[in-house]
Amino acid sequence: MKIHTGEFRILSTSGILGYGFPEESFRRAIRRKPHIIGIDAGSTDPGPYYLGSGKSFTNRLFVKRDLRLILAAATRLGIPVVIGSAGGAGARPHLDWCRDIIYEVARENRLSFKMGVIATDISAGRVLRSLRAGDIQPLPFVPKLTPGAVRECSHIVAQVGVEPIIKALDRGCQIVLCGRCYDPAVFAALPIAMGYDPGLAMHMGKILECAAIAATPGSGADCAMGILNKDSFVLECPNPLRKFTRMSTAAHTLYEKSDPCHLPGPGGTINLENCSFTEVPGGRVEVRGSRFEKTPHYWIKLEGARRIGFRAVSIAGVRDPVMITQIDKILPAVRAQVLKLSHASNSGGRIIFHIYGKDGVMGALEPERRPGAHELGIIIEALGNTQEDADMLCSLTRSTLLHYGYPGRISTAGNLAMLFSPSDIGMDAVYEFTVYHLMKIHDPAGFPLAVERISGGRRLS
Amino acid sequence: MKRSILRAARVIRSKNSGPFELTLDIMFKNKSYFDLFRRRRLISERKISALYKVPRKDILGIIYFEPALAVKVTIRRMVPSGAPGDSDIYGAQQHAPLLNLKF
Repeated sequence: MKIHTGEFRILSTSGILGYGFPEESFRRAIRRKPHIIGIDAGSTDPGPYYLGSGKSFTNRLFVKRDLRLILAAATRLGIPVVIGSAGGAGARPHLDWCRDIIYEVARENRLSFKMGVIATDISAGRVLRSLRAGDIQPLPFVPKLTPGAVRECSHIVAQVGVEPIIKALDRGCQIVLCGRCYDPAVFAALPIAMGYDPGLAMHMGKILECAAIAATPGSGADCAMGILNKDSFVLECPNPLRKFTRMSTAAHTLYEKSDPCHLPGPGGTINLENCSFTEVPGGRVEVRGSRFEKTPHYWIKLEGARRIGFRAVSIAGVRDPVMITQIDKILPAVRAQVLKLSHASNSGGRIIFHIYGKDGVMGALEPERRPGAHELGIIIEALGNTQEDADMLCSLTRSTLLHYGYPGRISTAGNLAMLFSPSDIGMDAVYEFTVYHLMKIHDPAGFPLAVERISGGRRLS
Repeated sequence: MKRSILRAARVIRSKNSGPFELTLDIMFKNKSYFDLFRRRRLISERKISALYKVPRKDILGIIYFEPALAVKVTIRRMVPSGAPGDSDIYGAQQHAPLLNLKF
């Protein structure tokens, strides 16, 4: 790859692909002639369902809208686009989902480009071999990995680093669509390949992956630009309503991380101990001193989710003051009665009550124990081994609670204000994160890369 | 006379740091409050353990970060994100006990 020494400009369009961005911000950013557009498309934050089920947490219509603007501008300017963690969770179904949208956009707008598609799924067999070899480490508070748990995962993905993306760019791919990917790698891969400092490139990527969230006022649905130089990088917001400040940028370094000074990622750690943030005119911030420290072995993070059952829920309110004062006795009694009647405990059945107005948000962590609310919101959550079991348990719990005769009851017609008809909602499968571990690898670029050519919207290869 | 943490802090928030950790940030209004809290260790494992009813082994760390005038506390998530019984998938509303801190 060509060594570049001048200013290198990177555009991040939005916090997540499909969150949207103002067209005016995008146009202003494009006028600054970025050398590359990067978009992080994923997160584990929406929970294990999306990785487990193979579905995206983002909306297809808006992912397509964002891609239409991005791909049109990039092909016009002849600059690369790197998309990481395709489809949200970055497993094969998510990658295919995003790839289909790219084809649709290319077809409708007669675009031509070469695209590299990187799959980052890891087979259960490979994880099991690494587990046996002692090459798997848990992250803090993560249960020890068992072979059974590995086999039960519907998808396991690796959060890859810059290496597979650099390989795709080296092959001349203008569009790089990557499965699960370390967020900063999307933005750092090309500059690192061109000889820029990896510490600065990675730290800049860490901030740009959230786009304008690190600006003030912050937004995940607006663009941000990073300008990388030999010894520093500068952040700026194309939207004049937002700016980067020393504090907004430094504060973002804390976001979603357990240690702000050491950010571990694939192959190494971003060390910010000697990092400085300086405001420069124009609502911009210059960052210096970030370092990338390679670890002796290359570790990547694995994520895997397994199905543990099915869920149904029912939503209701309670306004009766007598019932509210007794709620802590009524709900366990109803649960016991339903479980006894249905024998659901024998087949994995569980009933959980979420009581808004009491401790619905914090559960056992709630320090406030005084009864205070004049109304409660109750979500009945029923879990079973099949959707039928969960539906049955939800229905029985709802009907039992509706007519349950508690001591001192004066409202004898019904205990619940049901919110909807139908009252019960089948919620599909329930997943949990089972794999959240580090795996030692020897070939960080060794992930399957498919190179595809699209001409005038038609796929050639 | 003890004062509310809100006298000293401009941001108090919580969020997942991955599905198994909950991370709490307190950002101070100025450097003197930051220095005061850091010097006197006003955010201690004992306080966090009492506020969040977590044993000390479930507190991953308490780290001061001067560039943001902030202190960060990371604890174990009682229920991993999205597992049955979880009530805050993003962990974004678990900061309220910190609002009761006095100094």
